[in-house]
Amino acid sequence: MTGLSVRDLRVVFDGFVAVGGVDLEVPEGDLRFLIGPNGAGKTTLIDAVTGLVKATGHVAFDGRELLGRKVHRIARLGIGRTFQTAAVFEELTVLQNLDIAAGWARSPISLLRARRSVPPTVEKALATVRLSEVRDEPAGTLAHGQKQWLEIGMLLVQDARLLLLDEPVAGMSQDERDATGELLGELSRDRTVLVVEHDMDFLRRYARTVTVMHAGKVLSEGTVAQVQADPRVQEVYLGHPVKEAS
Amino acid sequence: MKRAALGFGVTAALLFAVAPLVLGDFRLSLLAKYLCFAIVAVGVGLAWGRGGMLALGQGVFFGLGGYAMAMHLKLADAGPGNLPDFMILYGQLDALPWWWAPFANPIFALLATVLLPMLVALLLGLLIFRRRVRGAYFAILSQALAAAFAILLIGQQGTTGGTNGLTDIQGFFGYDLNDPVNQRMVYFVVAAALLAMLGVAWQLMRSRYGELLVAVRDGEERVRFLGYDPANVKLVAYVVAAGMAGLAGALFVPAVGIISPALIGVVPSIEFVIGVAVGGRATLAGPALGAIAVAWAKTALSERVPSAWTYFEGLLFVLPIVFLPGGIAALFKWRRRARLVPPAEVKEKVAA
Amino acid sequence: MSLLVGQLFSGVSIGAVLLLIALGLALTFGQMNVINMAHGEFIMAGAYTVYVLQQVVTSAGASLLIALPVSFVVAGLLGVLLEVLLIRRLYARPLDTLLVTWGVSLILQQAARDIFGAPNVQTRAPEILTGSVHLTDDIAIASSRLFILGLALAAVAALTIVLRTTSLGRRIRAVVQNRDLAAVSGLSTGRVDRLTFFIGSGLAGIAGVALTLIGPIGPAMGTNLIVNAFLVVVVGGIGQLKGTVIVAFVLGVLQATVEYTTTVSVASVIVFVAIVAFLQWRPQGLFTLRTRSLA
Repeated sequence: MTGLSVRDLRVVFDGFVAVGGVDLEVPEGDLRFLIGPNGAGKTTLIDAVTGLVKATGHVAFDGRELLGRKVHRIARLGIGRTFQTAAVFEELTVLQNLDIAAGWARSPISLLRARRSVPPTVEKALATVRLSEVRDEPAGTLAHGQKQWLEIGMLLVQDARLLLLDEPVAGMSQDERDATGELLGELSRDRTVLVVEHDMDFLRRYARTVTVMHAGKVLSEGTVAQVQADPRVQEVYLGHPVKEAS
Repeated sequence: MKRAALGFGVTAALLFAVAPLVLGDFRLSLLAKYLCFAIVAVGVGLAWGRGGMLALGQGVFFGLGGYAMAMHLKLADAGPGNLPDFMILYGQLDALPWWWAPFANPIFALLATVLLPMLVALLLGLLIFRRRVRGAYFAILSQALAAAFAILLIGQQGTTGGTNGLTDIQGFFGYDLNDPVNQRMVYFVVAAALLAMLGVAWQLMRSRYGELLVAVRDGEERVRFLGYDPANVKLVAYVVAAGMAGLAGALFVPAVGIISPALIGVVPSIEFVIGVAVGGRATLAGPALGAIAVAWAKTALSERVPSAWTYFEGLLFVLPIVFLPGGIAALFKWRRRARLVPPAEVKEKVAA
Repeated sequence: MSLLVGQLFSGVSIGAVLLLIALGLALTFGQMNVINMAHGEFIMAGAYTVYVLQQVVTSAGASLLIALPVSFVVAGLLGVLLEVLLIRRLYARPLDTLLVTWGVSLILQQAARDIFGAPNVQTRAPEILTGSVHLTDDIAIASSRLFILGLALAAVAALTIVLRTTSLGRRIRAVVQNRDLAAVSGLSTGRVDRLTFFIGSGLAGIAGVALTLIGPIGPAMGTNLIVNAFLVVVVGGIGQLKGTVIVAFVLGVLQATVEYTTTVSVASVIVFVAIVAFLQWRPQGLFTLRTRSLA
């Protein structure tokens, strides 16, 4: 099968159960939002899928088991992620950041040469994430929203088939959110996209399906309307009123 | 490209034309010694400035290169079938130790000066980078290696000359090192080697690999999520730096006429780093210029007031690093501002 | 049998010295992430404190007893001075603290040479510590070594009690575990840092007093000790004292055993290889505080 398939995933930190038996199916072409109160285990789930934390159970992407592989091996299978606080190489330029993201498969010889021209995929990604103008600026000088976009651009040139985005629109302007939403919609057509996001307005507009996590478990799953109608979800969010836009 | 060509041209002119014309034989041979330190510094700049690996054991690689060269020269001085003079003097051995024998072959010895340090760095690097030993742990381990290696050499008096090291080297591949003409030739060899190593570092720094190395320095974990194994990236810079230190050690022997544990232990190893910090750790020319300047200051100051030199050296470690982490190079407004800032080590916790 | 016990004890006694030195590092390096190369010179300062005191106090026993608190304070104040003047500017750059404090150690060594002279000096040990204790007829242990072992264990106990039970200890642990949260909660992290540095450096002073019992003291005495002491902390794992304690003794015994079966020079390399091998198994050291941070 194609897409992400998680079965009975468990992550335990020193006795604390961060993820306690999660089952999750995200087919190719889906744009799945993962929501839940703080501490629900959303980021830990992404960490487990990308190999950052040790987990038990099964995680398969396009039929290949991911658990037990090293982080860089998992990345090479076409799994890309972004981080809550944008993790870009601040002292390298935008172009250099993207070029590195595009290059794990380069031969040693081509690594030892200077870049003569901008690879077409990088050029395209620069335009897609609207960073062509600032391509030669150090990434550290970018605005917060632009850094988030640079990370998305890195996923693009990395040619990730499974995109795991951790709060991609936090700190973005409304205009930037819209553009990001459109982009994610477009990307998800032939990829698998999983987004962790707190922004409910953004979720309502762009999510195709939603999974709600609570206390390390999946609480509810379905379309936006189905999930919103679920009394268990309302209960969990009782102390955490659903924000219109943060 | 143009700027680099100009830089190399000026450096070559200074090294090959101006210095030999201006300096007398004594000063020129001192400069040869400084240039050897500069070669080590170019490697440290690559590994530490660009790669974030604070290599405090470069003396080990300097020593391996130096001893490999000195062993060959001692054997050549002694002539075929004879023991080197110090072995006869200490009288502990009747025959040449088996591991000395291959160094009688000049080609083996020359290759060993560079390949042996690279091999040791490769082995150590594989073991520690793959297990993600880094930051302070790496620095302390590399320092411990320098300590262990120096103690090992001191203890093997019969076969390595012990504390005295290998001294009184007379000839260099058939040339008499006591002849000033040949000393000048050695200077030119050292200068050419420095220029070549600057070329190697320049190419590595401007290449895609160089960009990747900076990325690994600033976000080792992040790089993994892009499909790279940072251990391999670091390994290349560390091994190249070791090779440069080995080459420098090999050239130091004919230039100065000695190699000994006092030149490769914990203290000299950390001294290799100071010039790099003063000159500008992440730049190409900074480490080499810094190393030459510090070595020159050491000679100049300790000739007059030895204790003043130690205070000054202490301040060299303190003031530039605290107040000018980019080194002297940061004072010049380079066109390209990137990378002059020291690595953001905040992200790289010691515990990691 | 007696040979074995003698060997074992000589290892334990190397370990006790290592432990005394490494204990302070476990605080400053393990808890604060500062690689203080001048720690060795704080040891030297502690040792010279004994030397100076003995110029005034003639009784060796009394001077030793006075020296323990005095050298703790002397070395501790040196540490605070270092923290306030330099290290505070470098918390974001742990590797740079190594180089900067190395510079400080060079300056302190030269200062010692200028004040006390370059040659080593000898202090007087109290009579009671000059002999040896006979466990059986053929096993004798130097009393000074026993004293150092006791001192090391007492220091571990005292430090554990301070960290576990006092409010200072709670504050230190709070800052170590989450500096930002501690600051937000109203803790003066700057004060906690200075206090931690005071205690860590003070312990170096105590180590210096201990070292006067087993050898001459000189300006360079710290340099030879510091590298191994850092290895102890690295291999023990940072953030917890028990790793430092265990590794100090294991390394001491290993060193003594390998030195006995080979030579001192070969032992240094074998111990290094053993440490690299150990790190293959436990790259973070014997014990470590687990976090879920990316770094």
